[in-house]
Amino acid sequence: MIRLQDVSIRLPGFSLAPLTLLVEEGEFFMLVGPSGAGKTMILEALAGLQPHEGEIFLDDRPISKLPPEKRNIALVYQDYALFPHLSVKENIHYPLRFSRSRDHRNHVEHLVALLRLEHLLHRFPGTLSGGEQQRVALARALGAKPRLLLLDEPLAALDPLFREEIQEYLRKLHEEEGFTILMVTHDFGEVLSLGERVAVLREGVLQQVGSVESVFRTPANREVATFVGMKNIFAASVHHNLALLEEGVEFVLASSEEDRSSCFVGIRPEHILLGNRPWEGTDAINAFSGVISSVVPRETALEITLESSRIRLTAHVLSSTFLDLGLRWGQQGWMFFKPEAVHLF
Amino acid sequence: MPPIAERNAAVQIEEFQGRSDYGAAFLFDTPRRDLFMTRTFCNRWFTLLMGSFLLIYILWPLTNMFLRADWGVVTASTMDREVLAALWRSIWTAAAATGVIALFGTPLAYFLTRKDFRGKAVLEAIIDIPIMVPHTVAGIAVLMVISPRAPLGAFLENMGLQPVNSSFGIVLACIFVSIPFYVNPLKDAFASISPRLERVSQTLGASRSYTFFHITLPLAKRGIYSGLIMSWARSVSEFGAVVIIAYHPMVAPTLIYDRFATFGLKYSSPIAVQLISISLVMFVLLRLLAVRGTGGKSREMQS
Repeated sequence: MIRLQDVSIRLPGFSLAPLTLLVEEGEFFMLVGPSGAGKTMILEALAGLQPHEGEIFLDDRPISKLPPEKRNIALVYQDYALFPHLSVKENIHYPLRFSRSRDHRNHVEHLVALLRLEHLLHRFPGTLSGGEQQRVALARALGAKPRLLLLDEPLAALDPLFREEIQEYLRKLHEEEGFTILMVTHDFGEVLSLGERVAVLREGVLQQVGSVESVFRTPANREVATFVGMKNIFAASVHHNLALLEEGVEFVLASSEEDRSSCFVGIRPEHILLGNRPWEGTDAINAFSGVISSVVPRETALEITLESSRIRLTAHVLSSTFLDLGLRWGQQGWMFFKPEAVHLF
Repeated sequence: MPPIAERNAAVQIEEFQGRSDYGAAFLFDTPRRDLFMTRTFCNRWFTLLMGSFLLIYILWPLTNMFLRADWGVVTASTMDREVLAALWRSIWTAAAATGVIALFGTPLAYFLTRKDFRGKAVLEAIIDIPIMVPHTVAGIAVLMVISPRAPLGAFLENMGLQPVNSSFGIVLACIFVSIPFYVNPLKDAFASISPRLERVSQTLGASRSYTFFHITLPLAKRGIYSGLIMSWARSVSEFGAVVIIAYHPMVAPTLIYDRFATFGLKYSSPIAVQLISISLVMFVLLRLLAVRGTGGKSREMQS
């Protein structure tokens, strides 16, 4: 178990506000935030490479005074940082130079097999693909038998093909081998597919900590909401089960809430339905009409924006659905969402 | 159809003639000559000509000296004890100076590349001073510190080390003038090594010193070799500073000067030929060593 207690960093041009975090044994913990949020700096502080204030505890034992080699915390950088003058085997066996135990050697052999590196052992890092380098870096870091593995954007520099592969390996290392992993990323998609708990960081300030699901469903503030992909965020006031927006727009909420004079409501774009005629059902639903002002292809869906004089909504719609509806850019359309889809924060 | 090169030339002539704003160039560039003056042709030969001028300026006098050397005298002087002693002294004093510089200069170069602090630029400028100071001045400056009348010189003499007119003094002179030639290439070498490699090494269980000797130094090999060669070459060729501190015992450059002043060109050039030959052989050997030492693996480092 790793605990950060009021860890703060002050450098010219960057500061990290006092940060308190707890990473449990065996957890896959995600640290997310836009670039420049100080994520790498936190990893270096944990590894003992970055001077900081506050205290870091490993199993309730303060380790801030320990040098990196005594901490048992391994770090994999985004650029892998493989030793270019050593072969793959020498790279992976590097931690063994500081240990005499036979068990340790077996552990490293096991990792080599697990990460399928046998055929690369005699190559040099410069001749490997990005995915292979990443696997070597993982094997080398885990070869040190770390209590905690720190990953700095492990997928960012990889081709999409390798990204999937490395994600699979990471999942395996965590689930089957039980390594505790703290991973930094700027991509919330990676958090969804890998993480258990997540901390969102922005400009050196912690925004929210919680299970991936809770952060995804109920973002604590506007920044987090934008970050987890809520496209439709509006300032509103709440009265009973109604959210009152500007221009007299009202959203029906799922339940009656305490009155609030200023807050935000958000709707995820995938929770909004697109239609080519008014809603005909009888259940309570929020419905708006407007002109389709933009159609942008995204990875798995079309991002469609509907605009009227009162509101602007963005929905993610499957391409096939869009074609079936027979709608086109510039035509009138309708958008619907259930009261349950409206989040308050 | 004419070959492509010719067609290009023809096109260029047309272009050229179509322009009236060519100014002075137009006066001495006739269209006929222009046939050979296509842009690539012109650029390549112009660059080659300009570049080769300096190369020739280095190689001509040196080869000339070999070609016109009186080989009878050269072989005779290889039997000359004084000549052999001077040559040998040049080689080992330069090596000793380089060794001392490497011992103290390696940590200095590392410190200067890895740490940022106020006044760093001043320190870096100090290292470059020996390049700018006339070598006789360097010799006088060092002499004023190590002469038996100065405290340091007196101390050294008490220790049984005679600093003036001795091989020890020659080493001291060589150290002063050769420092930047070792430290600067090494600084470049250290700067090209990502600090992340050292950090990762530490997180894997290595201490700082282990990391330095097993990661940083091997990766800086090329820079170290290059620094050693440059520093040794600088020391071997040093005359100005050496001659002020120690005319005797003589190193090769001093002996060459001595023979030139007393007997003239005929008797100084054979030793010059020998010194150059030895220097060249050492230089080539060390270069080969450096290339082999970093060889194969250095190619992987590029990526």
